Amino acid sequence: MKYRITHVTTYAYAAEVSVSHHLLHLRPRDLPLQRLESFDLVVQPEPTVRTGRIDYFGNHSEVITVEEAHRHLEIVAGSRVEVHPSPPRTRLQSPPWERVAMACRGEAWQESSAAAEFCFDSSYVRRGDGPLAYARPSFLAGRSWLEAVCHLSSRIHREFKFDARATSVSTPVEEVLKGRKGVCQDFAHLMLACLRSLGLPARYVSGYLETLPPPGRARLVGADASHAWVSAWCPGIGWLDFDPTNDVEPGERHVTLAWGRDFSDVSPIRGVLVGSGDHQLRVSVDVEPLVEPPEMAPAANPIRPQSPVAPE
Amino acid sequence: MSDVGIPLEKRSGCLPGYRSRAGVHDELCDGSGLLRPSWQELIPQLAALGSGELARRRDVARRLLREHGVTYNVYGSEEGLERGWSLDLVPFCLAPNEWAGLQRGLIQRTRLLDRLLGDLYGPQRMVREGWVPPALLHGSSSFLRACHDLQPPGGRHLYLHAIDLARRPDGTWCVLADRTQAPSGAGYALENRIILSRVLPDEFRECSVARLAGFFSGLRDGLRSADPRPAGTPNVVLLTPGPYNETYFEHAYLARYLGFPLVEGGDLTVRDRRVFLKTLEGLRPVDVILRRVDDTFCDPLELRSGSFLGVSGLVDAARAGNVVVANALGSGLVESPAFLPFLPALSRQLLGEELLLHSASTWWAGQEAGRRAALSAPGRVVWKPTFGGMADPVFSEELSGEARARFLARFEAAPADFVAQERIDLSTTPVWTGEAWEPRPLVLRTYVAASGLDSYVVMPGGLTRFSQSPHSPVVSAQRGGGSKDTWVFSEGPVDPVTLLRPGGQVVRLERAPADVPSRVADNLYWMGRYTERLEHQVRVLRATFHRLGGETTHDGHAELMALVQLLVSLGQLPDRFGKEVDEEELSSALLGLLHQANRPGSVRDILVQLRYITTAVRDRLSNDTWRIFQRLQGDGQLTGREVTLSDVPGRLNTLVVDLAAFSGMEMENMTRGHAWRFLEIGRRLERSINLLKMVRAALHAGPCHPAVLAPLLEVADSVMTYRRRYFEQVHLATALDLLLADESNPRSVAFQVETLHEHIEFLPRDRWSRSEPHEERALMLVSELLHGADLSAVSARAEVGEIEELDHLLGRLSEGLSAVSDHLTHRYFSHAVVRAS
Repeated sequence: MKYRITHVTTYAYAAEVSVSHHLLHLRPRDLPLQRLESFDLVVQPEPTVRTGRIDYFGNHSEVITVEEAHRHLEIVAGSRVEVHPSPPRTRLQSPPWERVAMACRGEAWQESSAAAEFCFDSSYVRRGDGPLAYARPSFLAGRSWLEAVCHLSSRIHREFKFDARATSVSTPVEEVLKGRKGVCQDFAHLMLACLRSLGLPARYVSGYLETLPPPGRARLVGADASHAWVSAWCPGIGWLDFDPTNDVEPGERHVTLAWGRDFSDVSPIRGVLVGSGDHQLRVSVDVEPLVEPPEMAPAANPIRPQSPVAPE
Repeated sequence: MSDVGIPLEKRSGCLPGYRSRAGVHDELCDGSGLLRPSWQELIPQLAALGSGELARRRDVARRLLREHGVTYNVYGSEEGLERGWSLDLVPFCLAPNEWAGLQRGLIQRTRLLDRLLGDLYGPQRMVREGWVPPALLHGSSSFLRACHDLQPPGGRHLYLHAIDLARRPDGTWCVLADRTQAPSGAGYALENRIILSRVLPDEFRECSVARLAGFFSGLRDGLRSADPRPAGTPNVVLLTPGPYNETYFEHAYLARYLGFPLVEGGDLTVRDRRVFLKTLEGLRPVDVILRRVDDTFCDPLELRSGSFLGVSGLVDAARAGNVVVANALGSGLVESPAFLPFLPALSRQLLGEELLLHSASTWWAGQEAGRRAALSAPGRVVWKPTFGGMADPVFSEELSGEARARFLARFEAAPADFVAQERIDLSTTPVWTGEAWEPRPLVLRTYVAASGLDSYVVMPGGLTRFSQSPHSPVVSAQRGGGSKDTWVFSEGPVDPVTLLRPGGQVVRLERAPADVPSRVADNLYWMGRYTERLEHQVRVLRATFHRLGGETTHDGHAELMALVQLLVSLGQLPDRFGKEVDEEELSSALLGLLHQANRPGSVRDILVQLRYITTAVRDRLSNDTWRIFQRLQGDGQLTGREVTLSDVPGRLNTLVVDLAAFSGMEMENMTRGHAWRFLEIGRRLERSINLLKMVRAALHAGPCHPAVLAPLLEVADSVMTYRRRYFEQVHLATALDLLLADESNPRSVAFQVETLHEHIEFLPRDRWSRSEPHEERALMLVSELLHGADLSAVSARAEVGEIEELDHLLGRLSEGLSAVSDHLTHRYFSHAVVRAS
């Protein structure tokens, strides 16, 4: 499936801003099943400095600095991406989850060491008794890794309410666990905390999701949103994506931007500015399929609308 | 063993009552009670002083510490921000041959950790080849992913490295911990030395103690040579988290000693991938940052978001090679005690050398072997968190059954989070408690600085810290205890290195410190305002208390009533005092204006504000000026119980004199740079605003009676002038002329306005904004109002009760001056506000 994605972020400042720095993770990754055909970034006012680099996790990141006084900043990221369907998971054989955890406790360097990066605490994801207790019913002794992780993802989908007003960017996992509601970012963080508390490596994936209009209605431009899901690692299989918000296997409709230990590593836009006064933020995302999708049977799980993930 | 034949002064007995403890190494004397050689020169001299003289010198040391403002801020301390630094009178003495061995080991360790950081932030060969367990890297919150592959110039990560040493009972030294990101204490060590060498001048000279200055000049050279671009002297700054940091004193102290501007995050800005210092005159490039801000706080953009202590874009500037951060960002990674067991092998791998200086036995429980060894370690162990944090060490054998079980459960859940370290029975050193000589456990913090490419200097000695009680195993400034100067004796004549320039050498003139960071100007401005506010309040209260006895002048009572009216209309006393006055109630209300905390405008409250601001610009004040401030704060301690009515006028007189001493320093000793101008501007604005407020209050307080006007003149310190000029009873017109319009009276509004004109003219302009200087226009308006007013006509009308016109004039003058303050703030200070979006 091919998409044209337009991600527009606008800031309106109450008082003049003399300098602003922004760190962006807005360029989709090139992956075996995802090809980035083109990407362009337009910033108004024109930044004095734009520095792109490949970050520690292999994502493309860019620092932009606007050094002229401004009251308004617009960042438009446009990409064309082709996403291929992932092979079905039914034939995948995975070991009992305990063996995966053991493999990642490695004391010396081995294949799993790269994944071990994602076993520990990070800014938004802390291992703890809460997430561990929540994960337990899915991780029965001897259950295969894949079955257990899918089970956890489904439970989060089932037992948590999607509520864009319940949480903010900085809501801790423990609170989400208590309130049983949140948005995609919260569910991804919760699932990460569960997996890591069990010693299983898992990372945060930031990206987009193509949303389908309700039957009979036209597609609304700009109504899409940033999305977040989870990728977990198993020896022999590698990384597999899970979407606890929708309980679907991420595939053709998930476009991967970047991954890291949690949201703070891959926040699409993170800014620091010099100035005083308040600001207003507007984000609009449009994921436009470039070829009409073939007639689809109604999905068993209707995909929920997403809320924008606000930049920090 | 018998003491026969050993001279008395070589026996420990010459320190009366000193008993070393069994089972530990005593630094002072050996097992047979003999003084060890390194102490044989000093101890007899100290013992000969006698306890009376020792006590006197201890007091001198304390006074010097107080005057120098040596403080250590204790987090979460009830008694306020600062605690005095504690320095013991007896230095810790080390023999030259012993020191030489340590020195080699210390330098090797710095080289080793520097190489290790280079590998972990680069190719990570040590991890892949199995010399460092992957979890020590990946599990560490101190591993800054944003700084991976950011190779600092010359591959150097460490410019200053602190190593905590302890001595085992068998007499060998071992390393307890490394401090690699922003080590503290070197400045305290220097201050200890300066004070002790003044308190024990003869002893210091006779013992030929190795000097510290060479170390600091080495550090300075190293930082200056850090910038790879060859053109000229690089601009080095010292970045501090600010006055609320526990070791702020030393940041200011080191900045001054090394000659680097002391800056906070808000003073710096990144433009075009370069770091600049925001000064009143514009942006000054910064090449090297000696930082005291912790790793993750250094850049809100790429590290911990929401940090206000750092500089947005700093990581990117460092990545571009445009700035050297010392120590390199991310250096905190190797502070983890979990690295200690791997250092011997790493030394062979990275340096091809055997590790000279061993660490205390340490086991990281993240590996099965380490976990088992930790649990079955012989003797006692102390448990530390693998990845830092402020968590307290745990002494598991001291835990009660239940607490121990809880600890073990936590441990078993995540063994990789724990490190066990052999608990060293620390060696002891004599401490003079004021009454007795006591052996106290000690830890020696040593310092290694990079003085150039692959060359290092070691501070001869270091900071000796001892624990609070003879039996406490914890040596930490956060938890009490004290410090000592450390004397390493030199074998030959003392190398007379000093950071003061030798005579006869051609000196390059440096005028760089003329740059004033905007934040500093802001603080100095408010320092000027608060000093003046304090003086004003003290004068008003002095005039009032002076008349409280009722015996001063025949008009005393009327004047007292007038002053009370004045305080009522200034909103400082409740309205009821405007009608009738009960003397006793009045006195207690007036005392409240002196000593009540958190009461805006009370003398105590102003002193507190002043202390915050002064602390923030500590590095801009000379030692003498600081001393005056310390005295002022001391004299201003007017706590409720202590103060009786009869004391008050005397205490207030003292404060007036202290304040005069400060303004004397300000006028005679400060360079006429922008810093001084902002201090002055603050003072002048505050003085005129207060005077106008007071005149206006007087106008409302009652008829324009001499009883109102006389105290007014007194507060404005213009009585003498008035008498000389008019030889008559006070009239409103003449008083107003003197207080408002007379440009020759240094207390008049006109004089302040004239002075303000001069200062504002000299301020840097046109760099920040293209707009017209608003503050100058606002000031012009005040001038015109003042000169255009027909004071005698307005006064004549006011004297017959028509005060509206005069009131209106005073109001407009006040508004004009407030506008000047707002414009100055806007133009010079507030552009520095940083906010995360």
